[in-house]
Amino acid sequence: MIKITYVEHNGREHVIDVPRGATVMEGARDNGIPGIEADCGGACSCATCHAYIDSNWVGKLPAKEAMEADMLDFAYEPDPSRSRLTCQIKVNEALEGLILHMPERQA
Amino acid sequence: MSGIVIVGAGQAGASLAAKARMLGYSSSITLIGEEAIPPYQRPPLSKGYLLRDMDLERLFLRAPSFWKQQDVDLKLGAPVTAIDRTGKSVRSDGISIPYDQLVLATGSCPRSLPKKIGGELKSVYTIRTVADVNAMAAEFHPGRKLLIVGGGYIGLEAAAVGAKLGLDVTLIEMSPRILQRVAAFETSNFFRRLHIQNGVRILENTGLDRLTGDGRVSGAVLSDGTELTVDFVIVGIGISPRTLLAEEAGLTVENGIMTDAHGRTSDPSIWSAGECASFPAGGGQIRLECVGHAIDHAELVACNILGASSRYEPKPWFWSDQYDVKLQIAGLNTGYDRVVERWGEDRSGSIWYYRQSRLLALDAVNDPRAYLIGKRIIEAGQTIAPQFVSDPSTDIKALLSAATSVEPSVT
Repeated sequence: MIKITYVEHNGREHVIDVPRGATVMEGARDNGIPGIEADCGGACSCATCHAYIDSNWVGKLPAKEAMEADMLDFAYEPDPSRSRLTCQIKVNEALEGLILHMPERQA
Repeated sequence: MSGIVIVGAGQAGASLAAKARMLGYSSSITLIGEEAIPPYQRPPLSKGYLLRDMDLERLFLRAPSFWKQQDVDLKLGAPVTAIDRTGKSVRSDGISIPYDQLVLATGSCPRSLPKKIGGELKSVYTIRTVADVNAMAAEFHPGRKLLIVGGGYIGLEAAAVGAKLGLDVTLIEMSPRILQRVAAFETSNFFRRLHIQNGVRILENTGLDRLTGDGRVSGAVLSDGTELTVDFVIVGIGISPRTLLAEEAGLTVENGIMTDAHGRTSDPSIWSAGECASFPAGGGQIRLECVGHAIDHAELVACNILGASSRYEPKPWFWSDQYDVKLQIAGLNTGYDRVVERWGEDRSGSIWYYRQSRLLALDAVNDPRAYLIGKRIIEAGQTIAPQFVSDPSTDIKALLSAATSVEPSVT
């Protein structure tokens, strides 16, 4: 299990144990954390699992693929350096302690 | 303890239960599913799950523990057989479950081929449930002959999986072109070419006369008399809303379980959401077959059960994955009279549907930016002049600022 901290837009923090191999989106969804909708279930088709990665973590994640980057362009208030679609980030040991912040709303 | 009872634990039923709890509903919620596994996503069944790229657990809409945490009484493997409207209860698994508010989220079932043309032979499949896909998994071996009946999205997605796994795939479509019912000529052309490049044989204007075989399917006779040898068959000829329970209970059924704009059926204590429900739109009753609708409609009904009185405004969107192509669709193209194309490099592009000057919908292939821009324009009730769209020198983002309100005469 990998510890990930999900911070709601109102500042409420949830520290969650997410299984290795799951996605950051699935960690939120399976634990009922508000703020990540993931309507398409993780198919990179809907852009409703957008979150801001904590600045200290930005460089430690695998790079975005073109599809994700294009979808993020039209997320609600994207931040070019910190925004990610959480369905595209697989959880592994390197992400132990990852912190991410939810947007005010999804697109 | 007779709160909300939901019949059907698919996308709509699961979304409704979760939303009601999120809104603070504190009485009991019972979610009754016919299948023996917790609520799961169906779209991957004809994509990643069929390809064996995804485990069963990955399909679950929520971790199984979620339902317990949310105090949702999940009854699985328990088909509901009758509704007692006078006594306000449903019958399931030999017991009677009382309700204060009942929701029918029974979804759809795939149409199957009639028995007299071989529809009941072994190795003839439809794709709707995990059990359906598990049953056909052992058939997917390289070199085997797969016949797909029906050139809609389900059939095309199954064809893509078959081709990827090295099967010999033939797809037949009765209409003059694949996707005829749901998409423009231009979109059909794109996907026909894509499948042919991947080795799928596409036969349009070609119906099925009958399947043949002794117990198990072994051949097919097509409408032009051609005989094919086949190892197995996938039938993707559309779905029908599951309305039997509602009909037997005397609810009004009109192209699905009829609801008003709030999601209420002809019985004020009974609601219906998702694919099985028809709702008022454009002067008639329409149904929508997509995940986005199942979620939005179910969440609206949850709000209304709790007293909101909101009217449903559908914002349909769809997607399909075939080979390395992602198709994303926003809006509904019903009644289009003009199509405008916008193509970029690397097989990416979009097809925009208009009625007069109004943008109705778009199909975007490997072009998520066009999809999201079009979706935003449509959902804002705006349109965009076709000449901006079709001019490849217009920056895609500039389309957003060029969008205008729809002229009243064409709304």
